Amino acid sequence: MQLEPIPLEPRRPQDSYTAMFSSALLRPERETPSLIAGPKGKGVVKRYNVYRNNVTVSLIEALAATFPAVRRITGEEFFRAMARFHIRDTPPNSALLFEYGRDFPAFIAAYEYAQDMPWLADVARIERAWLDAYHAADAEPLSPSALAAVPAERLADLVFIAHPAARIIRSRFAAVTIFAANRVTDPFDTIDAGEPEDGLVTRPGFEVDVRRLPAGGAEFLSSLIAGEPLGVAADAALQARPSFDFGAAIAGMIEAGAFTCVKIGDRS
Amino acid sequence: MYRRLSTQDVQSPAALRFPAHPIEGLAGTSLKPEHLPSILDAPKTRGFFEVHAENYMGAGGPPHRALNAIRRDYPVSLHGVCMSIGGPRPLDKAHLERFRRLVERYEPALVSEHLAWSTHETAYFNDLLPLPYSAATLATVCDHIDKVQEAIGRRMLLENPSTYVAFRESTMSEIEFIRSVARRTGCGLLLDVNNVFVSAANHGFSAREYLADFPLSEVREIHLAGHSEQSDDEGDRLIIDSHDGPVADAVWKLYEIVIARVGPLPTLIEWDSSIPEWPVLEAEAAAAQAILDRFAAPIIVESSHAA
Repeated sequence: MQLEPIPLEPRRPQDSYTAMFSSALLRPERETPSLIAGPKGKGVVKRYNVYRNNVTVSLIEALAATFPAVRRITGEEFFRAMARFHIRDTPPNSALLFEYGRDFPAFIAAYEYAQDMPWLADVARIERAWLDAYHAADAEPLSPSALAAVPAERLADLVFIAHPAARIIRSRFAAVTIFAANRVTDPFDTIDAGEPEDGLVTRPGFEVDVRRLPAGGAEFLSSLIAGEPLGVAADAALQARPSFDFGAAIAGMIEAGAFTCVKIGDRS
Repeated sequence: MYRRLSTQDVQSPAALRFPAHPIEGLAGTSLKPEHLPSILDAPKTRGFFEVHAENYMGAGGPPHRALNAIRRDYPVSLHGVCMSIGGPRPLDKAHLERFRRLVERYEPALVSEHLAWSTHETAYFNDLLPLPYSAATLATVCDHIDKVQEAIGRRMLLENPSTYVAFRESTMSEIEFIRSVARRTGCGLLLDVNNVFVSAANHGFSAREYLADFPLSEVREIHLAGHSEQSDDEGDRLIIDSHDGPVADAVWKLYEIVIARVGPLPTLIEWDSSIPEWPVLEAEAAAAQAILDRFAAPIIVESSHAA
């Protein structure tokens, strides 16, 4: 059988069917693409709308799965409307849906109807970091005994290797507390949203851990994660918080599994 | 221009890191994270699990731990949903490499993808979108399947789509297209019986005639799923491939016709939305298994597996 393509006038680029078919998927105001047909001369509006609906609803579901606390805070209807706007603005650019939503916190921060929830974008940042930690490479966290063998005079030169899951989130609001309260089903007391909070997201085993950092903790850990030696990180913490408690901070970061190993850096 | 791959359906047992776990004649279900505790806590049963490849393309964490545990005890079928084999652009090399690594890592009993596309330029639409059936698209699809089979070093299965619209520029039927793809690339086929039912209803053809015409000798796996109903512009029934409920009676009937003809092929129950408790899904798989077992021993008309 001869399978010659029907000549098309005018000659269109080879990928025209994906361009034309997708042109109205996220644009309900646009007409149904003209290259499709229903059987026996039937209309294609509702038929094409099945695809529109599949795309938008499945992407809303993807954002809802990544940002459950944001969804709980805003309520279903608000969340779906906000997510729909974001999807039209910024559809996924990766086929891996667990990578989607990196721009959602910034979208929320600018979203007109979310302006009375200024902490909402930071809650979304924590949820995005939570999912990154969930999918991060497996690595054995640093053993609590690892520091015992280090001579006291070399402690300042210690360099820590961050766990692939470790992330720091800083907020001018009580984003960690709000996040935590909305990822569990328990009722919670009133939260003072105006209290600035920093969070540490880790995954020491297979459970993602999100904890509040003490004042100075974000400076300390960010510096260590960036590869600065302990002495430099300590200075950063002390500048932020003169009474910074190093013992508690180091014990906490080891318990949280924020690092996988230590080495003694060159003193230069 | 197209060559048949000389790859076999399964790797040689000596190279395997997981048990071989034959999948022949088994019914299985999609693996859903919410069912994992029920599955792993229960005694090992007969069956297999199919996973969407993309959900396991992260670096580590609970998804890989879960799939490792499942793969130790059960045959696994790796089902890709976003390779865009039906798209006009070259395959995404990074995605193909991720897919290849998963095949290498988990040694799945079956590997499949869709006759569809999901990406245009940089936008990923997360849906299985349709394509025109023409000489041009046939050439591209065959080239894409060649690339996949070369990358993974084995045969893949191509799944027939469910569709709601047709393309004015199509010059051949879906079956002609699929038959040509299988012949040119040597790929196997994944026959989704619910998709046949959905497309037949939506385009006004006979599902039984479609199945009678379908190249069943190349089919290595069957999919079954639930569908739902809406209406088209004329107020007539439009069937949605929604995977959100039990398999319809009409689809079970078509399935029996297929199994009676081809023998007990691995059969998957897909249920991806409004996901029920594990026993409900398990019971759907048991219903498929009962049909497979009924047609098991005497009726196999041809040897359909390398192993």
